[in-house]
Amino acid sequence: MGALLSLSTALILVLIAFAGVKEANLHFLFGAIIPYIAIITFIIGVIYRILKWASSPVPFRIPTTCGQQKSLPWIKHSKIENPSGTLGVIVRMALEVLLFRSLFRNLKTELREGKVVYGSEKWLWLAGLAFHWSFLIILLRHFRLFVDPVPASLHLLESFDGFLQIGMPRLFITGIILLASVSYLLFRRFYIPQVRYISLANDYFPLFLILGIGITGVLMRYFIKVDVVNTKHLIMGIFTLKPEIPEGVGGIFYIHIFLVSVLFAYFPFSKLVHMAGVFMSPTRNLSNNSRMKRHINPWNYPVKAHTYEDYENEFREKMKKAGLPVEKE
Amino acid sequence: MKIYDGGKIFIGIIIFLSVATSPFLFNMGKATAKPDPKLDTPEIQKMKKKQCVEPKEFMRREHMKLLNEWRDSVVREGNMIYIGVGGEVYSMSLQSTCMKCHSNKKKFCDECHKYVAVKPYCWDCHIAPKEN
Repeated sequence: MGALLSLSTALILVLIAFAGVKEANLHFLFGAIIPYIAIITFIIGVIYRILKWASSPVPFRIPTTCGQQKSLPWIKHSKIENPSGTLGVIVRMALEVLLFRSLFRNLKTELREGKVVYGSEKWLWLAGLAFHWSFLIILLRHFRLFVDPVPASLHLLESFDGFLQIGMPRLFITGIILLASVSYLLFRRFYIPQVRYISLANDYFPLFLILGIGITGVLMRYFIKVDVVNTKHLIMGIFTLKPEIPEGVGGIFYIHIFLVSVLFAYFPFSKLVHMAGVFMSPTRNLSNNSRMKRHINPWNYPVKAHTYEDYENEFREKMKKAGLPVEKE
Repeated sequence: MKIYDGGKIFIGIIIFLSVATSPFLFNMGKATAKPDPKLDTPEIQKMKKKQCVEPKEFMRREHMKLLNEWRDSVVREGNMIYIGVGGEVYSMSLQSTCMKCHSNKKKFCDECHKYVAVKPYCWDCHIAPKEN
C-alpha cells in the first residue's frame, strides 16, 4: 500500500512538471520560482530541525559502546569503539559518517532447525555506501552547471568518473552505481518480509523520488538530449539571482529540476534529514567518560532530606529513655 | 528555546549554510556571459545555402553522438560515406569535413565546451586546426 502510494505520488509529480511546462507553459514557475522555494525550505527547515534537536538536553553519557572502556593502565582500551575523549569521538564519527561503520555490524537473524542463528549481512551496508557516495559524486559533478569558470578539480572528478570512455557523451560510472544501488534498496524492501512489514510510504517515497531523479538525469544525458548551453544558462540565472528562461531547454529538464526541488523541500521533514541528524546522535557523538567526570542532571531539584543525624538530634532524649543506643551523647 | 552545546551547534550550522549556499557564493558579483559560437569562417561565407550535415537544432544536441557514430563507422566498419538531410554526400571526417567549414575551433568548439566544462578527447588523436 505504502509502495503504491509513493510510486503514484512520484508519477503524479512527473506529470505535474510535464503538463505544467508542455501544456500550461509555466516555464518560469518550474524553472525559477519552485527551485527558489525549495532551496529556502531546505535551508530553513534543516536549521529548524537542528535547533529543535539542540534544545533537548543530553545530561548523561549514553554512547553505544562496542569495546573496552578506558580503565586501569594494564587493561587494553578500545579507543575508537569506546572513546574517552574528543579525538576518539572524532575518529568514531568520521568512520560512521564516511564508511557507515555501525551498519557494517549489521546481522541477519534466522531460525534454523529450531535455533536462532546470526549471520553476517553486508549487502545493505554495501548498497547504502555505494548509493551515498555515488550520490555525493553526482552532486559534485553537477557543479559544472552551477559555476563559471569551472574549477580544475571538477574536471579531474569527471575524468575519473568517465574513464571507461564508453559512448559519447561519456558514460559516468556513478550514474550506473546510483541507479543499481537505489534499485537494490527498493527491491530489498519488497523482498525481505520483515523489512516489507515495517516499510511505510515515507520509506518508499524518497527511493522512488531519487530513482525518478536518476532516470530523468540519465535520459537527459544519454537519450533525450537537452541543449546543455541553454540549460546551464538557466541554472546560472538561478544562482546569480537573475532568473531567466532561455529557449530550447527540453521538457525533461523541467521534470528533473521539479523532482529535485521536491526532494530538497521534502528533505527537512522526512527521514532524509539524517544527513544532519547523524552528527547529533548522542549514542555516537558522546565520549564515554562517566567514570572520570560526574555529569549532573540539569533539572535536578533540591531534595529535602532528613538524615540520621537530624533524626537522632530530634529524638535523642526519647531514644535514651527507651534504652536505644545513640551515636552522640 | 534553550540551545545546549550552542558553540558546536553554531559551527555546524555555519558549515551547513556555507555548503548549501555554495553555488550562490561562488557566483556572487560575477557576471556570466552566455557563449556565442561564431559561424563566420571564410568557408561558410562562401556557401550559398548555409547548412550543416544535419539541421542546426539536431547538431546542437546530438553532435557528440554523431561524431562518435562517425568514428565507429570509419574506424571499425571502414565506411566513410554519410548521407545528409537533403541527400548530400559527405565524407565522415572530423578534420577534412567538420573542420573545413568550422575552421575556427576556438570560437566555435571551445566557446561552448569551456562554458559547460566539457573536455572532448577528439584532439587526443586528431590534429587541431592552426589558428592565429
